[in-house]
Amino acid sequence: MKFTCLSKGGGFHFPPCHMLNFCGIRILLDCPLDLSALMAFSPVPTALDCLPVEESYNTEANAFFDSRFGSGKRQKIENLLDAKSLLFAEPWYKTVNNLHLWNASFIDVVLISSPMGIMGLPFLTRTKGFSAKIYVTEASARIGQLMMEDLVSMHAEFRQFYGPGESNFPSWLRHEELEVLPSELRELILGKDGVELGGWMPLYSAADVKDFMLKIHTVNYAEEVCFNGTLVIKAFSSGIEIGSCNWILNSPKGDIAYLSGSSFISAHAMPFDYHSLQGTCVLIYSDFLSLGDTQDGENGDNYSVSTADKLLPISSQDLAGFNHNSVEYSEEKEKLVFICSHAMEHIKQGGSVLIPFDRLGTILLLLEEMTASLEASDTKVPVYIISSVAEELLALLNIIPEWLCKQRQEKLFDGEPLFAHLKLLKERKIHVVPAIHSHELLINWQEPCIVFCPHRNLRMGPVVHLLRRWCGDPKSLLILEDVLNPLSLLPYQPVAMKVLQCVFPVGIGLHEVQPLLKTLQPKTVLCPEELRLHINFSSEKKSFSVLYYTEAETLKVPYRKDSSELKIATDLASHFYWKTFKKEEINIAKLKGELLMENGRHHLLFDNDNKNSLSNNRSLVHWGLPDSEKLMAALSKMGISGNIQHGVSDAKSQTVCIVHIQDPYKASIEIGTTSTIITTADENVAAFIYKIVDNILDGV
Amino acid sequence: MAIETLVLGAGQEVGKSCVVVTINAKRIMFDCGMHMGYLDHRRYPDFTRISPSRDLNSALSCIIITHFHLDHVGALAYFTEVLGYNGPVYMTYPTKALAPLMLEDYRKVMVDRRGEEELFSSDQIAECMKKVIAVDLRQTVQVEKDLQIRAYYAGHVIGAAMFYAKVGDAEMVYTGDYNMTPDRHLGAAQIDRLRLDLLITESTYATTIRDSRYAREREFLKAVHKCVSCGGKVLIPTFALGRAQELCILLEDYWERMNLKVPIYFSAGLTIQANAYYKMLIRWTRQKIKDTYSKHNAFDFKNVQKFERSMIDAPGPCVLFATPGMLSGGFSVEVFKHWAVSENNLVSLPGYCVPGTIGHKLMSDKHDKVDLDPNTKIDVRCQIHQLAFSPHTDSKGIMDLVNFLSPKHVILVHGEKHKMASLKEKIHSELGIQCYDPANNETVTIPSANYVYAETSDTFIRSCLSPNFTFQKCSSVDLCNSTTVDRNLMPELQVEDERVAEGVLVLEKGKKAKIVHQDELLLMLEEQKHDA
Repeated sequence: MKFTCLSKGGGFHFPPCHMLNFCGIRILLDCPLDLSALMAFSPVPTALDCLPVEESYNTEANAFFDSRFGSGKRQKIENLLDAKSLLFAEPWYKTVNNLHLWNASFIDVVLISSPMGIMGLPFLTRTKGFSAKIYVTEASARIGQLMMEDLVSMHAEFRQFYGPGESNFPSWLRHEELEVLPSELRELILGKDGVELGGWMPLYSAADVKDFMLKIHTVNYAEEVCFNGTLVIKAFSSGIEIGSCNWILNSPKGDIAYLSGSSFISAHAMPFDYHSLQGTCVLIYSDFLSLGDTQDGENGDNYSVSTADKLLPISSQDLAGFNHNSVEYSEEKEKLVFICSHAMEHIKQGGSVLIPFDRLGTILLLLEEMTASLEASDTKVPVYIISSVAEELLALLNIIPEWLCKQRQEKLFDGEPLFAHLKLLKERKIHVVPAIHSHELLINWQEPCIVFCPHRNLRMGPVVHLLRRWCGDPKSLLILEDVLNPLSLLPYQPVAMKVLQCVFPVGIGLHEVQPLLKTLQPKTVLCPEELRLHINFSSEKKSFSVLYYTEAETLKVPYRKDSSELKIATDLASHFYWKTFKKEEINIAKLKGELLMENGRHHLLFDNDNKNSLSNNRSLVHWGLPDSEKLMAALSKMGISGNIQHGVSDAKSQTVCIVHIQDPYKASIEIGTTSTIITTADENVAAFIYKIVDNILDGV
Repeated sequence: MAIETLVLGAGQEVGKSCVVVTINAKRIMFDCGMHMGYLDHRRYPDFTRISPSRDLNSALSCIIITHFHLDHVGALAYFTEVLGYNGPVYMTYPTKALAPLMLEDYRKVMVDRRGEEELFSSDQIAECMKKVIAVDLRQTVQVEKDLQIRAYYAGHVIGAAMFYAKVGDAEMVYTGDYNMTPDRHLGAAQIDRLRLDLLITESTYATTIRDSRYAREREFLKAVHKCVSCGGKVLIPTFALGRAQELCILLEDYWERMNLKVPIYFSAGLTIQANAYYKMLIRWTRQKIKDTYSKHNAFDFKNVQKFERSMIDAPGPCVLFATPGMLSGGFSVEVFKHWAVSENNLVSLPGYCVPGTIGHKLMSDKHDKVDLDPNTKIDVRCQIHQLAFSPHTDSKGIMDLVNFLSPKHVILVHGEKHKMASLKEKIHSELGIQCYDPANNETVTIPSANYVYAETSDTFIRSCLSPNFTFQKCSSVDLCNSTTVDRNLMPELQVEDERVAEGVLVLEKGKKAKIVHQDELLLMLEEQKHDA
């Protein structure tokens, strides 16, 4: 098999993307969208933003003036980074960079591991010639669909402002424009190596999303699907989001486990089912989430609420149940309480709280904790959820008990709603509206308030308008789910609003990797190169081999199995005619039947076709040298007489002897060291003599 | 190896479904039901036949419950909490959510009727359900190393599933109750094409072929409308789960279209609570209803209100859903006592009532005087309407499923003896499949598939995949014999790809059997090839 990492991804919302060639089947693992690159663009401008456009025009006029008078070469000065440096244009979107180098029509299977991994697929499904089977869990498909529809809805605002595109190639992608960009923005667009231009695409439409949904095949956890009779595919929960999964691929050549972003703690999603990944030939380790945490932690500033790294001792007893999960779970709870207490402080001062989170699990937990805090402090401020898909998403969450964690499932069996927001909606403590201009929102608007809304990159969606309204208010609070990127708040400077950054632990912790791999016991592990720095695999205790992979490099992994297993039906086995080869105590039998590939296994079925009954009598292969004396005796027994002429010891000829037959018919049998030739005018005579020779020779 | 099927209940009858299948040394109990027509020991399957020493945990690998009806789950709490079974119990998510409501409803009926005699308590029901492992549709569950089970959608009632079990190479399906046609709130049964040794199927309507559902719906709505428009009351005895939701969707839609204001009641709040479950489990219903969840959940009934006991004698028309169905005791019988004496009222009974219940007595031609119990006799003057809305499959559906799966053997359960005999003969003659209809406590033994496993070399696989084209030329004589149309369509040259696997099976002492290509055999034996 061959494995190519197309992209390491970038955090929770941009999972990794890989290409796998397994048994000749080309499998694309996840197809995400890098929405963090949207920070290069400006939000939809307001009237106050007209000035930068005019200044830009003046600059161009000055350049023209200079060149007309030939007054010297215009010096290219890199501009300093400010709000005017952002791109004022309809945004394009950054897909996986190396994916466009692959011909989409050659992809056979696409496996999607989470709702985030689905965001870039409409670009593929609208490609001409794309015909792959797309497998995704049902819950991921539903949530991913809503996420894509929300993105299209938010993008429509840009489209309305900038109008239909004048050309297929936007001006900001031209080389001369890119050169004058500040280095931070240029890196965002071109990547660190300056080669990522090929990944940018204009956004798909709502029709593309609808068309995409018709092409996917949804699966349940632990459901077996069979591709082409050869590959058996199974999804198991990974615990990181509702519907997120890891994959097991099974074929006659062996099995592969694909370990995507996973989490041992989950207060909403089905827990990480790592037991089902045990004992595979190859395990592809693709959880980059904790690596990202470590890197971001190094850049943390004063606002970060990251807790100090606690080195938890891992004993062998912890392997069975990963008991330290309860510690991390309480850490997450502490962060929620911390956020809520900060929010309550600002509300009591008369400020509002803005929460542009996109992570579904965190929103749900924060919503429950926030409303509990409001009730406990007897504070009456409204909570708004503003999103085009929020109503449908919240309704969806209460009808998918099979995809939730055990505590939520117990609510089903007790007859209670699965999430608290259903009750809060009925009590009018939460208001869900599709847009910031909704009639319901306008007539009910009240400040101070708490608002959940997209988008986390602060460039589109309701958050833009609310942030402009509150960015100058020191009493208000902005809660971000990630470490602050210096570019994030650029369009809103100066910012007097308080900013709270909360990094939630996610993914398999670095200290959990080694115990996990010991539990899973694969034969071979494919690890990202970055993991080599953090984890020492050179311990002698390990029972698996480790191969490291990097972006854009193809890794070849040899198959461990030399042969496949074949299933023979009993009715065929009962027809075996065994022949004992005395020398080595070996029994051999001839096999004839129909080979079938079904559910990833080879089957040999009995062939009932009578046409082949004659050919059944022919031996497959002979070996050894026929004994001329035995041959003569056998011929005599059949009433055939002849005489032996011993072969000439000519070096050129391989003939050992020749048997001439005269009675009852004419024939000759020439015996060589590697073959026997029967010459006669009558076909029936030849077949008859062949049977005699066949009996003398060793063969099957 | 053989597959042994011990039928402890629903053998040549309907009630106390319980089938114990021994397959490749694994023992699986399908369903653990009770019989609602009996009050004595015949109510439960004869569990002593599972293990005379009462060691149930080692005697069974697992229990599989197909759906939440009492004749399939009614004995489970008794089996786990009284008899002490502690092994795994599998059912779907809706069945796990709703079965305790059924068991609790039945427990209350028994307590009301027999005073303090309890077979199991509410706490024991809750304790029993904690041991249940919920499964999703088409999810492959590894019970033990060699034992795999999988649930398929059965229709019939929410959460109902047909269960597939595979032990080693032997495979079987137990259908439970299923429906091959969709109704208002559920889809039709769906299953993969499987290679089965055994299919155990219900045969409730072994000889019935049902007509259009729409005609029956119209008939029901007409009867109800006529009754309430004359100021009468409609009593619909039904279980809280399944039938009530189906009929309520039907009535709700009709009420909206006809702009009726007559109240629709659910008794005792149990069904109203059940509707809350149905809202959460809407993804287990049919596709049309599934897609309504975000705008208006189909189980949010606007016209439905709660019925209080004090309203039994209140004047005015109404429609009342009361539990249990078949008038086998409880609140529905109590209301029946009050309303049956008036000819304005209507009682709508299910299509099938277990013998021994009041519902079954009312279905006979002479139902003027009915014995409710040894001490009470009542004059029945109200109208009786038989509501043929059964969610069971009919004989055509059974034949369709058996034909689709084409198992090597079929066992019929959950039906009437004589009708099962007819269906058995039909399956044998029309489909050529061996079929059995055992009675209770009988055992059927059938052979199961066996396979020989051998390693295979790559060379052998590759040689099998090579095309083997053969060319056939049709002679002019054949062309003359063809009809005019065929002659134009028949090509003179036909090409076929006849791939045949040909190899050698090698059995070496102390090693695993291996299939190799003929060229590899010579290398193994260190011999030189000799052509002949």
